[in-house]
Amino acid sequence: MEEKKLELVDFVVNTRKYKTLLTIKYANRKPYKVPNPNEIMSYIPGTVIKLKKKKGAKVKEGEVILILEAMKMMNKVLMPFNGKIKKIYVEEGQKVPKGHLMIEIE
Amino acid sequence: MSLKKHILDLRKRREKVQLGGGEKAIEKQMAMGKMTARSRILALLDNESFTEYDLFVEHEARDFGMDKKELHGDGVIIGTGTIYGAPVCIFAQDFTVAGGSLGLMHARKITKIMDHALKMRVPLIGINDSGGARIQEGVNSLAGYGEIFYRNTIASGVIPQISVILGPCAGGAVYSPALTDFVFVVDQISKMFITGPSVIKTVLGEEISMEELGGARVHAEITGNAHFFAGSELECFEQIKKLITYIPWNNTQKAKVFPPKEPKFKGKIEDIIPSDPKQPYDVRDVIKAIADDSDFFEIMEFFAPNIVIGFGRMNGQTTGFVANQPLVLAGVLDCDSSDKAARFIRYCDAFNIPIITLEDMPGYLPGVDQEHAGVIRHGAKVLYAYSEATVPKITVILRKAYGGGYIAMNSRHLGADFMFAWPTAEIAVMGPEGAANIIFKKEIEEAKDPDKMRELKVQEYIERFANPYVAAAKGYVDSVIEPEETRKMLLHAIEVSTNKDDQRPFKKHGIPPF
Repeated sequence: MEEKKLELVDFVVNTRKYKTLLTIKYANRKPYKVPNPNEIMSYIPGTVIKLKKKKGAKVKEGEVILILEAMKMMNKVLMPFNGKIKKIYVEEGQKVPKGHLMIEIE
Repeated sequence: MSLKKHILDLRKRREKVQLGGGEKAIEKQMAMGKMTARSRILALLDNESFTEYDLFVEHEARDFGMDKKELHGDGVIIGTGTIYGAPVCIFAQDFTVAGGSLGLMHARKITKIMDHALKMRVPLIGINDSGGARIQEGVNSLAGYGEIFYRNTIASGVIPQISVILGPCAGGAVYSPALTDFVFVVDQISKMFITGPSVIKTVLGEEISMEELGGARVHAEITGNAHFFAGSELECFEQIKKLITYIPWNNTQKAKVFPPKEPKFKGKIEDIIPSDPKQPYDVRDVIKAIADDSDFFEIMEFFAPNIVIGFGRMNGQTTGFVANQPLVLAGVLDCDSSDKAARFIRYCDAFNIPIITLEDMPGYLPGVDQEHAGVIRHGAKVLYAYSEATVPKITVILRKAYGGGYIAMNSRHLGADFMFAWPTAEIAVMGPEGAANIIFKKEIEEAKDPDKMRELKVQEYIERFANPYVAAAKGYVDSVIEPEETRKMLLHAIEVSTNKDDQRPFKKHGIPPF
């Protein structure tokens, strides 16, 4: 909290470069990643209750891939388009944080 | 004779109840490095001024064997007192009684003193130290919280409301402080969160300590839930007392006027500011050079430090300062700093405190994270708050005032009463480099040496537009002043604004971009 030692860095706003300090929050921010439609991520922290499809299975759009229990609710995770399960990264009973890669599809 | 007996009986009853949860529980409280609820109240209020009510209230729970339990005062102390002679209503949760848990009667006591504060139009101070809802009392304790939140909201903007977090404050309980004006936290003692470490561990399997999840530093620095951070409870009480001197008792009054004092700062203001607009300085030094006694009482010092807010006095009169801080993130506006400034502006407006804005900012913080975090709606809060405010509003442009930032920082166009600019001010639609790149795009591209041409055009732009005179020629800036004249001009501006009356069309309330 006591950021007394001045570690001035270059900081560009509208093409002009300023000398300034950074906040911890700014320095720790996560770089933006373009979402990959082939990766099924957890949209809420919870527990994987049941895997409904196996690796290699052909799945139609709207079919349930797995059940993610979160906030006392059995949430169905659906297939976003017709495709195939490429790889499964989670096991039944596993707790996952938000934004965790659960399944790769193609 | 018999009267004496009754009096002795009263004294005995008082003594017993005043011990709260008893000596063992008090020892435990002290072992945690915490003061007791009663000693906190006594330390905060003027000597001998505390008067207690509802000492003999008992809890209401009948289920789960609770009927056999005695909970003195039902875990909360309420009363009235004074701070430097200013009347206040106060409640303090007593952790030694059933962990300060909130049941029906506990909540009734709190809402009673809240109602009193609102009716008497005096500030309310709440000291929170509670394990949360008393589970045995079920929905009654939820009702209690709801009734507190309702009163917090009704009293908001009418009387100052201060929350002091001196222990755990978890789950629904956090929302009462969040609805109040100022939240005070103490290092290692305050803990605030919606879901605690144990729930997070069960759901996520992630381990985190209470301190890392919702300790005082987290709220002072990262979440922005806390306004004041102190190293100890006594330091915290000093901060509260100081705050009370700056604010009025209610929204129909003005803060107490103190004897005017010249700033202690004896140098030249212009020496604080580097001549290169790309070099930083600490804008708090400028505030101290302007304010009475060079005294600046900063609020939210560690959260979004790219904007500085706080109270000072001008000619003895409380004044709110809002200043871009070039020292941090070049003084940009972003989601957090917009939020911080907007709420403070609304506070000043609600409680009749004039606002002085010191501007030196390059614009809004660029980045995907900012855009996706909603910098549009957060930034809009600043525009809303300044436009809405009817207290005297004065701006001094110190250096950069570019683009949207120029408009946002209490520009003439949002209703500033007085706009001053130093000769170093650069009021322009954007930074010279960016502007030259767009305006002279063709010339730069077609030149034999584009870099040299660009430099030439940037210089040309700086000379013609990066100054206060273009805006002054349109009357957007009232006066270009020497830095040394700043205090004199501000004192005068505040003096002539004393009777400002800015009537707005009737409405139930606006719809700010919360």
